[in-house]
Amino acid sequence: MIRTIRWQLAVASVVVAIAAAIAAQTAVNLRARGIASGFDFLSRPAGFEIARGLLSFSSRDTYTRALLVGLVNTVRVSLLGIVIATSLGLLVGIARLSEIWIVSTVARTYVEVTRNTPLLLQLLFWYTLTQGLPAAPEALNPLPGVYLCFRGLFLPAPIWRHGFPWIGLERPALVGFGFQGGTSVSPEFAALVIGLSIYTAAFIGETVRGGIMAVGRGQAEAAVAVGLSRLHALRFVVLPQALRVVIPPATNQFLNLFKNSSLAVAIGYPDLMSITNTTLNQTGQAIEAIALAMVVYLAVSLSLAAGMSLYNGSVLRRGGGA
Amino acid sequence: MTITRLWILCLALGAAACSGAERREASAAVTAPRAAVLSMTPTVDGVRARGFVRCGVSTGIAGFSMLDARGQWQGLDVDVCRAIAAAVLGEAAKVRYTPLTTAQRFTALQSGEIDVLSRNTTVTFQRDVQLGMEFPAINWYDGTGFIVRKASKVQSVEDLNGATICMQPGSTTEPDVADYFRKHNLTFTPVVIERLEEVTNAYFAGRCDAFSQDRSLLAAVRARAPSPAEHVVLSEVVSKAPFGPGVMANDGRWIEIVRWSVYASINAEELGLSSKTIDRALDSDDPDVRRFVGTTDGFGAMLGLDAQWAFRIVKQVGNYAESFERHVAPLGIDRGVNRLWKDGGVLYVPALR
Repeated sequence: MIRTIRWQLAVASVVVAIAAAIAAQTAVNLRARGIASGFDFLSRPAGFEIARGLLSFSSRDTYTRALLVGLVNTVRVSLLGIVIATSLGLLVGIARLSEIWIVSTVARTYVEVTRNTPLLLQLLFWYTLTQGLPAAPEALNPLPGVYLCFRGLFLPAPIWRHGFPWIGLERPALVGFGFQGGTSVSPEFAALVIGLSIYTAAFIGETVRGGIMAVGRGQAEAAVAVGLSRLHALRFVVLPQALRVVIPPATNQFLNLFKNSSLAVAIGYPDLMSITNTTLNQTGQAIEAIALAMVVYLAVSLSLAAGMSLYNGSVLRRGGGA
Repeated sequence: MTITRLWILCLALGAAACSGAERREASAAVTAPRAAVLSMTPTVDGVRARGFVRCGVSTGIAGFSMLDARGQWQGLDVDVCRAIAAAVLGEAAKVRYTPLTTAQRFTALQSGEIDVLSRNTTVTFQRDVQLGMEFPAINWYDGTGFIVRKASKVQSVEDLNGATICMQPGSTTEPDVADYFRKHNLTFTPVVIERLEEVTNAYFAGRCDAFSQDRSLLAAVRARAPSPAEHVVLSEVVSKAPFGPGVMANDGRWIEIVRWSVYASINAEELGLSSKTIDRALDSDDPDVRRFVGTTDGFGAMLGLDAQWAFRIVKQVGNYAESFERHVAPLGIDRGVNRLWKDGGVLYVPALR
């Protein structure tokens, strides 16, 4: 026992020593080459603009705020992507096991096509597709106040008013170059969410299928035998047991989706990686900018994993020791 | 993708300490019999040991650095690399090109992956002072402009209020446009896409009302449009953008070689020396020309090169006017301020004296 601990300590200290040596040497190299280092740039004004998002931003705000805007954009895309991918993945996983030939074949084709083509290609595909929508003056107008064109989806938004009834509805209107007012979804955001969800749903679908198959056939048959409908058998007997098998690999897929969101750079969505990229270029401090992005991605990933692990623990407790 | 590349470059910066030192020793051993002054300049030693100049260029900007149909790099910036190779190695063709995006270029230079960066790079205070770089010379005076669709009826930048504007990250365009719009109380929505091909396509597809970039590049973009007549480059210039080759600041001799290679091609135009007339110049009585071609004064040796370094630049690459006519003029770009000072431009470089 003591021997293993000693070994572990030895290995850990070697790793730390190597990391420290690399860091020290890098600092020396940077100084020798006259390259600025440190994180002073974070409090300087960024000087560039970012497309409108949840957080307001202007070119006078600092690099810290720019990176924060990027992080919020990344988290927003990831959370929405995870919700959609999970719902879609669940449907696909069940459909894959359907006894109706056409349903299982469609599901299988979907899984094989999306799993076996590069995500970057799919993102560019969805983005190109959004650019095939009509121009702003000829925007599709399916519902009053709702406009869809290649600049995005424009929706009415509630706004506060001074007089009764205090809440009003602001409708987007075509002014100058595009729609103003209301709320909107940019084509970059839409393409990214759709691309990430559809890609990840294929993997989650396979995970769900595996989970269902891991539950003994007898369980479903017994449930039907005691009078439950097929849907109820799935809902109350099979899926709760499958969940325990599904959660750990699904967590992996959530993390993948989160990390894959950095491909946003290719289609111009201002996510954390894109802002890091710009920061890196404007300041020239590549090592600091990349290190910062790495720490942030790592922190979010670990939190996500920790949250899922807590959830998994509660599911295991609820389900007993089967 | 490009990000992966940056990662590798970052790691390389860290590792450069060990490998860099070794390489320097190795190359010093190879060139030891040469003049003692050479040991002061690791870059020249490296270039000679390798037998080629490692030059960072763009991923394809017409007129400045772009692969032609035969797979050869061509352009005004490429000619800087070729001039350096002609001066140092005796042959303009001895260059190995590394195509770099705006985001990768400085890291590639800092990590020692390239000897010189010759890639539509705007000289700015921050780049000069903070990145450990030096810009020895300026080879093109440009400015940030806008291209718009004629149908949009935009006549000036003021008309772009509220517009969506495509741009590339890592260019000076991003802060320049932000500053200009703020100064004039205008708003815009940026769409930032890294690769030139993709950002150009986004503009052509109509994602943006305007595409902002250096004006020389916009002319090239317009030339590549499905129907160039539908697009117009606005006459306004919102910022200065002087381009020049960049090198690391830690090698004074290399800085001088790059600087005087650029100056040589501009001086050659001023002296009336071109690739066609340079042979006759060897017998010239004009003291300026005699110094240039190395018949007198021995300036080459002072640079650690041979007497005919400048002669070879003009013979193999041509003077500045020839480079311009060969690469930039066909795009329909006017020489404008990039004329010699004698002709009303701002090209005014120190003489070989």
